[in-house]
Amino acid sequence: MSGATPGPEQQYQAHLRDGRFMIQRSRSTGEHVFFPRLAAPGSGVRDLEWVAASGLGTVYATTCVRRRAERGGDYNVVLVDLDEGPRMMSRVDGVAPDGVWIGMRVKARIATADGEPLVVFDPAGEDAP
Amino acid sequence: MSLRGGSAIIGIGQAGLGEAHGRNAMELLGEAALAALEEAGLGLADVDGLLAATMNHTMPALSAAEYLGIRPRFAESTMFGGSSFECYVLSAAMALELGLCDVALIAYGSNQRTAAGKLVTMSTLEPYEAPYAPRYPISGYALAASRHMHQFGTTREQLAEVAVAARRWAALNPEAFMRDPLTVDDVLAARMISDPLTLLDCCLVTDGAAACVMVRGDRARDAPKPPAYVLGAAYAFWHRQISAMPDLTVTAASESGPRAFAMAGIGPGDVDVAELYDAFTINTILFLEDLGFCPKGEGGRFVEGGAIAPGGRFPVNTNGGGLSCVHPGMYGMFLLVEAVRQLRGEAGERQMPGAEVAVAHGNGGVLSSQSTVVLGTAATV
Repeated sequence: MSGATPGPEQQYQAHLRDGRFMIQRSRSTGEHVFFPRLAAPGSGVRDLEWVAASGLGTVYATTCVRRRAERGGDYNVVLVDLDEGPRMMSRVDGVAPDGVWIGMRVKARIATADGEPLVVFDPAGEDAP
Repeated sequence: MSLRGGSAIIGIGQAGLGEAHGRNAMELLGEAALAALEEAGLGLADVDGLLAATMNHTMPALSAAEYLGIRPRFAESTMFGGSSFECYVLSAAMALELGLCDVALIAYGSNQRTAAGKLVTMSTLEPYEAPYAPRYPISGYALAASRHMHQFGTTREQLAEVAVAARRWAALNPEAFMRDPLTVDDVLAARMISDPLTLLDCCLVTDGAAACVMVRGDRARDAPKPPAYVLGAAYAFWHRQISAMPDLTVTAASESGPRAFAMAGIGPGDVDVAELYDAFTINTILFLEDLGFCPKGEGGRFVEGGAIAPGGRFPVNTNGGGLSCVHPGMYGMFLLVEAVRQLRGEAGERQMPGAEVAVAHGNGGVLSSQSTVVLGTAATV
């Protein structure tokens, strides 16, 4: 039976295609899990359910990848700590690629790249300190 | 039962450092292996343990055994990235101790510079990172640097000091690829690749091969060259993807280091020379902290003023490192070669007088795999 059910990776992508940013949470421990897995890492707890992410998070680390203008120009790559706890890689739009700062409050949005949905973030708070 | 001092490196060899036109990865590996065996006073027929990795072969130990004509009783090709060779030292020490083999050959070779002109890697990004196009692997290290700067006030100038120190060591090493003078301003003014790391915060892309031969400690006493005894070895890893690293300012070297030192029965204060896997300038700072050479967060200040350069208070990456000597994709084997040379007193102008204990610390992936080897002279066993 288990072989007939899409795994957590495909389920996650299906949620994104339906316009929902979902992460996993353990029913018994309340721990949130990202990236999507069969069981909570470390404990092996298997009672993971999909819950809507608040979409709110804080930039934990940031880099601006330098790229020639004719190839699309510079862009940022960030690690965001979701308010629920897990960390994910993403980018922050709506700000200069080298203008993202650690501690910046951000809010998730589902964008599309090469026809596939992906979670990106927009600034969601006060100006830089 | 302890592995401390039970085995030793009795031969080292290198080949094709820098540019090796017209040579493939296995030819380079083979040349380094034969050089290491010759130093050890041994031949291919003596080798019954083979531990090999390349970035060109999916089954490197099989390919290397075939190429050299070895039928190993014990072999390893586990892929831990650039730190694989430090991990292999532990495997070889165990296999020798258990009698699974009597002569272990560890070897690596790459022609990435002349063949491709860039890092050759089989690494692929996971679906949770790939869409954001981090430049692999540098963006992972850049993210760690950004965090270290934010949390501890580490500066780009301090990162640059690491590159400048490596270049000053390289100037003393005739084998080093980049030996021209380098200043902090040069590093800061170089082309930005992935903020805050410029081109000169990044390791070289060279060709090169290196190998070593290990035997049990009793047999090492009769070797032609002074043995470098394995006093301690340990590895640790906590993540593969940078987005899964628990704290970007603390690597698993904070676990591998203490375990390796515990086996060796010594501490960081007993180390005379440290070879730390400097794929990027932030690495050296992180490993100085995590291996206990300075407190967490102090690595940037620790390297200021030429402190890890020739004439400084603590010699680090005395061959010029991956930043200025050689970095053919995986650098781990070269750390061991330089550590052995320092312990033998063969390091020429860059020799640390009276070096008795050396650390070779390997790194793999994106600060993912950390592997620490503590080597010592006969006097330390």
